[in-house]
Amino acid sequence: MLTIKNLHVRLEAEDKQILRGVDLTVGAGEVHAIMGPNGSGKSTLSYVLAGREGYIVTEGSATLGEQDLLVMEPEARAAAGLFLAFQYPVEIPGVGNMTFLRTALNAQRKARGEPEVSAGDFLKLVRAKAKTLQIDAEMLKRPVNVGFSGGEKKRNEILQMAVLEPRMCILDETDSGLDVDAMKLVAEGVNALRDAGRAFLVITHYQRLLDHIKPDVVHIMAAGRIIKSGGPDLALEVENNGYADLVSEAQ
Amino acid sequence: MGLVQVRQDQLAARLAGMTLPKGLEAARAQALARLHAMGLPGKRDEYWRYTDPASLNDNAATSAVAFDASDETPIFGAIDQLKLVFVDGEFDADASDDLKLAGVEISRLVETATPATWIAELFGTLEARGQKPVARPLAAMNTAFACDGVLIRVTGKATKPVSLIYVHKSENSDAMLHHCIKLETGTSLTVLESGPAAARLNKVMEVEVGVGARFHHIRAQGRDHGRRAVTHIFARLASKALFKSFTLTANGMLTRNEAVIELAGDDAVAHVAGAAMGDGAFHHDDTVFITHDALRCESRQVFKKVLKNAAVGVFQGKILVKPGAQKTDGYQISQALLLDGDSQFLAKPELEIYADDVKCSHGSTSGAIDDTALFYLRSRGVPKAAAQSLLVLAFLTQAIEEIDDEAIAEDIRSRLEGWLARHDR
Repeated sequence: MLTIKNLHVRLEAEDKQILRGVDLTVGAGEVHAIMGPNGSGKSTLSYVLAGREGYIVTEGSATLGEQDLLVMEPEARAAAGLFLAFQYPVEIPGVGNMTFLRTALNAQRKARGEPEVSAGDFLKLVRAKAKTLQIDAEMLKRPVNVGFSGGEKKRNEILQMAVLEPRMCILDETDSGLDVDAMKLVAEGVNALRDAGRAFLVITHYQRLLDHIKPDVVHIMAAGRIIKSGGPDLALEVENNGYADLVSEAQ
Repeated sequence: MGLVQVRQDQLAARLAGMTLPKGLEAARAQALARLHAMGLPGKRDEYWRYTDPASLNDNAATSAVAFDASDETPIFGAIDQLKLVFVDGEFDADASDDLKLAGVEISRLVETATPATWIAELFGTLEARGQKPVARPLAAMNTAFACDGVLIRVTGKATKPVSLIYVHKSENSDAMLHHCIKLETGTSLTVLESGPAAARLNKVMEVEVGVGARFHHIRAQGRDHGRRAVTHIFARLASKALFKSFTLTANGMLTRNEAVIELAGDDAVAHVAGAAMGDGAFHHDDTVFITHDALRCESRQVFKKVLKNAAVGVFQGKILVKPGAQKTDGYQISQALLLDGDSQFLAKPELEIYADDVKCSHGSTSGAIDDTALFYLRSRGVPKAAAQSLLVLAFLTQAIEEIDDEAIAEDIRSRLEGWLARHDR
């Protein structure tokens, strides 16, 4: 599904190399977790895959299925099935949450040559998905993420994911700022979307999210590279011993 | 002495060949005297520092081609209305509905040989009051010389809006319109205005809102690129009166919209809002002066401008709270979204407060489209241009929300979308 080869990325604004040769392959139906210390390049990787400006790819490739992600506009990547749940979901005053979701869904469908979803069908769809995430009608009416609590913002990200039905989902520190109950709710939302045709890349600092979203593979990232990969046990090892040993081992 | 003489000569040249129309002679003569005392506005005047009045002062209008806006349905066209059409500033009876509406008396300014008492009392009165402390000579000129316009007295709740449609045909038209509107106690009326009116327009609207009366005003100043306009709204509100005015301005070489509002009765509410969109040769100036002179009144000014390609936006907004106007609630926001580095927004918010128990706030910002929000939208699949237009509309939302009627607000929103689609970069 997602294939990243030898990806090197630096910042556009300053001469600073962030990613130094990331190799990663996520197959359909799989859940991969990326853990790593602050500044290891985890969020940069998610932004580069989603197409955010401000980064320059100096080497390597990233493909989604057969498509070269790195040459595509962000909206084209979304239409191709890539989704990034933001670490800090953006507040957009003046744009209603429903308008936003419907515009996004129909734009993606249009890009894929599919018919638009009618207002009635869309309402039904969103209400059903919102219910399972305990998102009430009031939240749907409000402007995008404006006045939402941390937990509400993250649930809203998962709602977007549920409505847009991407095949490759990247979750960038979705657990940050969440209490245990909120984290469970978000994890349940993610788990409900797990199926054979969909893959997840879960970026997190802590092992606890992975108690709720069980990964197939865990990668440790440090200094812009994946330094170690393994099963779910690797996450526990990090939880117990920290990153220091792994990082020095890799050096 | 030299400057005064220059101004007097300039005014004499401007007025050469103009004669005071018949009817309301006393009010017109007084207005002319006010104009002579003030002279024409100049670049050095405090309230004309950001807007050059030269083309408004010129003896003749600079010619402007009438814009063919037939690619869109006429604005407000779907709204049930009493239609009054003016072509190049002259009433067109054939194109207009009969001047009949339940609860509303409508006549024309040209028919004032023996004006009704309310007309004699209102015509020129609010304009004259609005001359202090800031001179508005072009409004005095209008009171003196405007031939056409409507006089509306509201005696009940109007069942549909009165719609003033201003058609621009002649390239050299130089129109002056003066409307007077009086809402008696407990009445209500919505006035719609649309169209560019002329190559150059000088328009005054005096609105007296009676006790508990409700006045809504929504205008769209047409799509002509070359036209120039100076407009004044003078309003006075009695207790518990409501006044809400919204203006959409897209294109236009020069626009100066002044609103001078006096909250004279307790618990009155006045809101003035505007959305202006300019691309290229566009200079838009909102100058607002709100006087709180009674208890517990509320005023809101919400002005938003979207500017690109060296377009210029100006906002001069003042809240004056007079001694004794306790529990005043005044709010003012003026913001510009600059779509490129060439555009300019000049803002001068002013508060002058002589009461000690008041709440007044003001804010003014100018900035670019938020890149983070833009990326967020694109990452969800919304194409760049659509995402930008969504964000521009979001920026304007606070102003559009000042329109109470949802159908009218939706119409305005669709015009803005149309403009954005046509001016996509």
